[in-house]
Amino acid sequence: MAEFFQQVVAGLASGSIYALLALAIVIIYRSTGVVNFAQGEMATFTTFIAWTLVDHGLGYWPAFALTLVIAFVGGIALERTIIRPVEGKPVVTVVILTIGLFIMLGGLTNWIWKAEVRSFPPSRPFPTDAWHIGDVAISKQDVGILLVTIGLVGGLWALFQLTKLGLALRASAVNPTASRLVGIRVGWMLAFGWGLAAAIGAVAGLFTAAASPPLEPNMMRPILIYAFAAAVVGGLESAVGAVIGGLAIGVALNLIATYDEHLHIELDRVRLPIALLLILTVLLVRPAGLFGKAVLRRV
Amino acid sequence: MAPLLELQDVEARYGPVQALHGVSLTVGEGEIVAVLGGNGAGKTTTLRAISGLVTKSGEVRFAGRRITRAAPERVARIGIAHVPEGRGIFQELSVHENLRLGAYLRRDGFDEGYERARAYFPWLDDRRGQQAGTLSGGEQQMLALARALMSRPRLLLLDEPSLGLAPIVVRELFEIVRQLNEKDGLAVLVVEQNAKLALRSSNRAYVLEVGRVALEGPSAELEQNDSVRKAYLGY
Repeated sequence: MAEFFQQVVAGLASGSIYALLALAIVIIYRSTGVVNFAQGEMATFTTFIAWTLVDHGLGYWPAFALTLVIAFVGGIALERTIIRPVEGKPVVTVVILTIGLFIMLGGLTNWIWKAEVRSFPPSRPFPTDAWHIGDVAISKQDVGILLVTIGLVGGLWALFQLTKLGLALRASAVNPTASRLVGIRVGWMLAFGWGLAAAIGAVAGLFTAAASPPLEPNMMRPILIYAFAAAVVGGLESAVGAVIGGLAIGVALNLIATYDEHLHIELDRVRLPIALLLILTVLLVRPAGLFGKAVLRRV
Repeated sequence: MAPLLELQDVEARYGPVQALHGVSLTVGEGEIVAVLGGNGAGKTTTLRAISGLVTKSGEVRFAGRRITRAAPERVARIGIAHVPEGRGIFQELSVHENLRLGAYLRRDGFDEGYERARAYFPWLDDRRGQQAGTLSGGEQQMLALARALMSRPRLLLLDEPSLGLAPIVVRELFEIVRQLNEKDGLAVLVVEQNAKLALRSSNRAYVLEVGRVALEGPSAELEQNDSVRKAYLGY
C-alpha cells in the first residue's frame, strides 16, 4: 500500500508535465482549431536556452523565469511570422506547417546544441530528499513539480476567467468576427495564445529535464504523445480536461511501470502504444473527450 | 452639414466575385436609413464594407474621418456598432460576458452603459449567468442589440434584425430601435428583407440591385413607388 501511494504521487508529478504540455496544446487548439505538433520541440528548444543561460552563470530559477519570458516572446514571434500568413487557410495547411515547425525546431536544436546528452540543471532545482510519512517516502521534487503546476494552472484560470484580457482571449476563440466588431484585436490575441502556450510548454520542458534527466534534443517526443493523449481524453477544448487527463495518464503509466515488475509482462515497453491506443479509442468512441463541453445552441 | 456616414462609389469583391459595383449612400446624424434589396443585392456586403470586414475601394467617411482602409477594431473604436446577420453574439459565453465584451473599448467602465441597456432590456439582469446560445432567437437578437449599445455608438449597423423571428418580437425590436433613435439620437443603418417594416421604420431608404443603388429617397415616397411596390412590397 505504501508503494502504491508513493507511486501515485510520483505519477502525479510526471502527470503534471503531461498536463502542462496538454494545456499548451489546448490553448492553441481553442484559439485556432489547430493541433500544434511543434509544441514538444518548442519546449525542448526553450529548455536548451535555459541550459545556455545557466551555462553562462545564471542561477537556475532566474534562468527559469527568463526562459519563460523568452518562450513567451518567441511564441508570439512564431505566430506573427509563420502562422499568421496561413490564417484562414484550410486546417490541413496549418497542421502541416506545425509539423514543418516540429522538424525545423528539432533540427535547429541539434544544430545549435549538438546531439550531446547533458545533465540539466547541474544542481537539482528541488531538494532531492524525501519526506517520510510512516512507510511512505514522498519525493520533495515530485511535490515541488506538482505545486508549481497547480500554481500555474490556477494563474491561468484566473487570467482567462477573471480578467478583461482573458475574456477577450476566450471571445476571440469562439467568435473572431464578432470579437473584431467589438474592437478586440483578434490577431494579437492569437499571437498572445501562442506566447502563452510556448511559455507553459517551456515549464514542461524544464521539468522534464529536471525530473527525468538527461537533457537531450529528443526528450519531449514521448512526452508529446502523452500530452496528446491527455488533451484528447480531456476533449481538446477543455483546459480542465487536459489537466485531469495529464495527471490521470501520469498516475496510470507510473502504476503500470511499478506493478509490471511483479507481473512480468513488460508492460512498460508498451507505454507509448498504450497512449496511442488511448488516443484512438477516445477519438472513435467519444470524440468530444471526457470533458468536452457540449455547446447548446438554438438556431 | 456633412452627413455622419458617407459612402462614395464603394466597390467590394469576394475573390473573383464583385459584390458591390460603386455604392454611394449617406446617413445623417439622428437618421434611420434602410437598405432594401433581394438576395445577393449587396446589402450585407455594404454593412461589412463599412465596418471593415471586407476590403473595398472608393471612399467611406465617418464623422469627417476617412475609414476606407480601417480595420474593424478601429471602426468600432470611432463609434460604429455592427450587429451582424445571424446575431453575432458569443454563443458559448454568458449573457453578462457578452455585455462586458460590448463595453470592451469603453475605458469608463461597464456600469453606466449597462444601466442604459437594462432600461431597454430589463430581463438581462435575471439572465446574466445564462449561456447566450441557450436564449431564444428573439432574446439573442435583443442581446446582440444590447451588446452593441454597450459601446455607446453614434451609428448602429443592423443586418437583417427580423430574420427568423416572430412578428411580435420583430415589432418590439423595431420599437426599441425607434426609441434609441428618438431619445438618444442614435443614427441607424438597417438592412432588411421585410421591406414594408423597413420603410415604415425609417426616414430614408436605398434599394440595392446587383451591387448598385437602383433607387433612393424618403421612405414614405418609396413606399408609394410602383416598382418598389411590385418588387418588394408585393401589391
